[in-house]
Amino acid sequence: MSISNPTLQLVGIVKTFPGVRALDDVNFDVQPGEVHALLGENGAGKSTLMKVLAGMYQPDGGKIVIDGSPVVMRTPLEAKQSGVILIHQELSLAEEMTVAENVFLGELPKKRFGLVDWKTLHQRVYVILNKLNCDFEPTTPVDSLSIAKKQMVEIARALTHDAKVVIFDEPTASLTDQEKVVLFDVIRDLQADGVGIVYISHRMEEIFHLSNRISVLRDGTYRGTLMTAETNEDEVTQLMIGRSLSYERLHEHVETGDVALSVENLSCGKLYQDVSFEVRTGEVVGFYGLVGAGRTEIAETLFGLRKPTSGQIHLQGKAVDINSPVEAIQFGLSLVPENRKEQGLVLAMSCRDNMTLPQIDALTTGPFVSGTEELKIYNTYHDQLEIKTPSWRQPVQNLSGGNQQKIVIGKWLGMHPKVLIVDEPTRGIDVGSKSEIHNLLRKLAKSGYAVVVISSEMPEVLHVSDRIVAMYNGRVMREFTSDEVTEDNLIQAISGLSDNNLKVA
Amino acid sequence: MSDIAAQKKPNVALNWIIRNPIWVFVAIIFIFFSFASEYFFDAQNMKNLLVQTSTIGLIALGMTLVMINGNIDLSVGATLALAASLAVSIMGWPMFDSWGNWQMLPAVAAGLLSGIVLGAVNGFIVWKTGVDAFIVTLGAMLGVRGLVFVYTEEQSFYAANFAYSDFGSSSIGPVPTLALLFILCAVAAHILLSRTVHGRNTYAVGGNREAAVNAGIRVGPNMVINFMIVGFFAALAGITLSTQMGASTPNLGRDYELWTITAVVLGGTKLTGGAGNIIGTFGGVLAIGILRNGMNLMQVPAFYVLVILGVILIAVLYLDKQLNRKGEEELRL
Amino acid sequence: MAAIEVGKEPASIDVKSLLARQGIFIAFVLFMIGFGIFSDKFLSPENLLTVLRQSAIIGVMAVGVTVVVLSGNLDLSVGSMLSFGTVMVVDLHDKLGATPAIGIMLIAVLVLGAVNGFLIGFLKLNSLIVTLGMLSAIQGLTLIYSGGKNVDVADQETTWFAIFGRGDILGVATPIVIFAVLAVIMHIVMSRTPYGRRIYAVGGNATAAVFSGIRRNRVVFSTYLISAFCTGIAAIILGSRVMGSQNNVGQGYELLVLAGVILGGTSLLGGSGNILKTVLGVLILGFIQNGLLLLGFPYFAQWIVTWVVIILAVWLDVAAKRGRLLSPIA
Repeated sequence: MSISNPTLQLVGIVKTFPGVRALDDVNFDVQPGEVHALLGENGAGKSTLMKVLAGMYQPDGGKIVIDGSPVVMRTPLEAKQSGVILIHQELSLAEEMTVAENVFLGELPKKRFGLVDWKTLHQRVYVILNKLNCDFEPTTPVDSLSIAKKQMVEIARALTHDAKVVIFDEPTASLTDQEKVVLFDVIRDLQADGVGIVYISHRMEEIFHLSNRISVLRDGTYRGTLMTAETNEDEVTQLMIGRSLSYERLHEHVETGDVALSVENLSCGKLYQDVSFEVRTGEVVGFYGLVGAGRTEIAETLFGLRKPTSGQIHLQGKAVDINSPVEAIQFGLSLVPENRKEQGLVLAMSCRDNMTLPQIDALTTGPFVSGTEELKIYNTYHDQLEIKTPSWRQPVQNLSGGNQQKIVIGKWLGMHPKVLIVDEPTRGIDVGSKSEIHNLLRKLAKSGYAVVVISSEMPEVLHVSDRIVAMYNGRVMREFTSDEVTEDNLIQAISGLSDNNLKVA
Repeated sequence: MSDIAAQKKPNVALNWIIRNPIWVFVAIIFIFFSFASEYFFDAQNMKNLLVQTSTIGLIALGMTLVMINGNIDLSVGATLALAASLAVSIMGWPMFDSWGNWQMLPAVAAGLLSGIVLGAVNGFIVWKTGVDAFIVTLGAMLGVRGLVFVYTEEQSFYAANFAYSDFGSSSIGPVPTLALLFILCAVAAHILLSRTVHGRNTYAVGGNREAAVNAGIRVGPNMVINFMIVGFFAALAGITLSTQMGASTPNLGRDYELWTITAVVLGGTKLTGGAGNIIGTFGGVLAIGILRNGMNLMQVPAFYVLVILGVILIAVLYLDKQLNRKGEEELRL
Repeated sequence: MAAIEVGKEPASIDVKSLLARQGIFIAFVLFMIGFGIFSDKFLSPENLLTVLRQSAIIGVMAVGVTVVVLSGNLDLSVGSMLSFGTVMVVDLHDKLGATPAIGIMLIAVLVLGAVNGFLIGFLKLNSLIVTLGMLSAIQGLTLIYSGGKNVDVADQETTWFAIFGRGDILGVATPIVIFAVLAVIMHIVMSRTPYGRRIYAVGGNATAAVFSGIRRNRVVFSTYLISAFCTGIAAIILGSRVMGSQNNVGQGYELLVLAGVILGGTSLLGGSGNILKTVLGVLILGFIQNGLLLLGFPYFAQWIVTWVVIILAVWLDVAAKRGRLLSPIA
């Protein structure tokens, strides 16, 4: 492969937002027929760069060159017309419309009087779907398709134009393994047709599996490009976070106390079946598995948000029936939910008000909320969790992800729960805050909480857990103690694959 | 591709009913009233029914577009009154005295134009300010009604030309002209929505605005055009209504926005946008028309119709929610 | 990018956030000065009190509707409910006497509010459509109740019922007192009590509220009781003032009430706004009406001005939040 003739070239791209330099002198190029992976931690500038590429943001400096001539892409449509197409992470389809209409969205072929030329449309889409080996029809309504198939619709959209560069943003986030194989085949086909691919992902194994080159961003700056064949995960990681990621385990053999929470044969319809485990005070139990394995649903059941179809929950040895979060809280359960912004926080409310929300009834003098009582609580956890915010009055939407997460954790610590469930504790949080939160979780366990951590990041689970419950497809596959767990046997357990199947990592 | 079509055929009827459940309801009440009242299933009554239905029906056609777009227009009742008042009063202007029956032409043109302009104003404000259509048209609902009262000085107008009210009661063959007009407009709106690029873009804008923007659809103009269409239809409804009465009153069309939205929601259009169609809206309009007409024939006081309509609207909402439940996927929030 | 957004430049934000937060108050002052210049009667104490009294009915209803809107819902049924309550209290006044009439009417109205609250809070149906349906249904109930006839109080001179609409307390017209007391109480409830905090939480983010152990359905249910109760009080004032009622007396009130709430700057999305802002919004509506009349404009000119004012007010609010005047929609 020659590195002389890039399809797309970004030179010295700068993009600033008020108070932030999101991209600073970033260089990047894509050769025809290569897969160029783009890596970086959350907040490193990947999505900003991608939006610049797709015409959604205008760079403040630098230039974009396509096939040797500089271009300006003011809108996604202009980017598309220049041959740059973005496959969105959050799918961008009109659900109630047909596959064909979505593929040609914004560019439906016309007849006289502005009528849609259905025949041409369906023929053209049919050809594209065939090329992608799709088993659905142009006339299928999109809302009846699975996520993987919807993604194919997005890819089909890319093929309506003479796509020179296709950008995939975390394309496998919600795909099953079989669906991934199909996607990878499609990417290879595109590659074979001479299309340049930009592949953005966190998943190291996919990147090494697919890409020709790897470029790394950190803090909005370009950190270099590596030939995939000549590098390894360590080198890439080092480039990404500025140091080698330690897999050092935080857990020590602590004296665990009584069983705080035990679950027997819990099932909830098709979501998960026959789940049993127990958590003792003083320990962290990690739940590891792919997205959709049923981990979050178990947490939601424990917190009274789902009704189990069978099984039994015991808290402190007593059988309990939990019908609502209110009851769960009374039983001493707390849940730091998966989606901080949608489930964890009232974004427009102040830091203090968010933190005191579950116990607001107790913080009163007479019929009125007592501001002093509230501040007392707030200050306690503000100090303990080292939350960085100018003032308690600050609406939480102005805080960074890490500090927001600490507010949610503080909110529940204030309730003095027996069992603290933390779902994806560090999603969307920068590296520094990540390790702070990990240490915090350990500290909490040590001080007598029973902690459950649900995570999709293996290093995280390995890092903080005393025991790990591996789930696949709604079932507990295996429970590991920290001594027996290795990356290999953990991955084996959560992928539901037998040894001779495609083995990742 | 032909084999796909063949394989799908058996489901077409069923699919159609699933997508337009309102027609099952229309059929049921139609059959019910046919048995319950000897006057219901009668040629003359059917004509009345269609004419009565046409006013709300015309507005509902436009409202369907606006609601699929993800917007709403609360100002249609006031727009209707303004168009009717303009048309009926301009017809009587002395400058058109010598025009004979042609004096209706500038009158009707002015009425229709007022609707289109008000629609454009609403649409443009929604587009450029980014204020929610609910608030923009709520303001317009008050403001345009204010315009009507100020313009008419709170008086009713009577049509100067008898041909105007003759039109309202005329028939083409066996079919009342107004009914025919409504059906033609419904067909046109259906084609616009289901077959034209503008119509399909209307769904895209309401279904996933970001996707529409990214695909290069000009969201703003698309919305403005739909507001202009609903303005036009509201004005047209004002004119047909005033031809039926041979007059206009400043209070004309009060509460029509509520009736219209009720009809459109009954017809399966989602408040959140992206889904709905004219066939459903037509069913929704008919359902309301048949209920009112049938209960009137059975001498149920009009009061009860209001209660029953309210209950049906809420019941439809409830059923829709039950049918679209995701079952165990859903959290108990 | 949320991580780095803390460092916004403060200088430009001060003007913007001042406009966003106090815009309605500034507009109010400008209005008063403007009208005051053109009409010498406008700022006279008698005139101001007249406006306050005339605004009281809409104001009392708006207090209740604000609570509903803060929790993230709408109530379009208040206009019909006002008709219903007024017809009922006036009708029962002569049949049972004033006190039972008021009691029974308030209970009836609370039942209607409970129906709203049940459908929206517990069945989680869309509030716009539910209250639209209730608007129609309650209108029908009113007509069924009265048989389509207007009602009035036979002996209007001696009944103590007159106190609510026609009387005064310490020289201040009773409607104003009721409006003021209700607004202050509800403002305190909303800003100082745990209950108020829960309403803001539900309106700000209903899902997060549930995840924080708030019973969303009960909170929403209760807001409709408050809205219905306030409308019942408004019906007492109206019935007492007119000593009679038409069946459709409340028609269109839902919109004027909502106009006041929106003008005050309470967001229809819920979670932001407050009762005092609504009071200002309602007063602005009242002063627009009064000022235009004093300047010799036709009565309904106020609606045209209200149209413009509402859109300008919300536009400024939206523009201040997004940091640019025009929307970025293509």
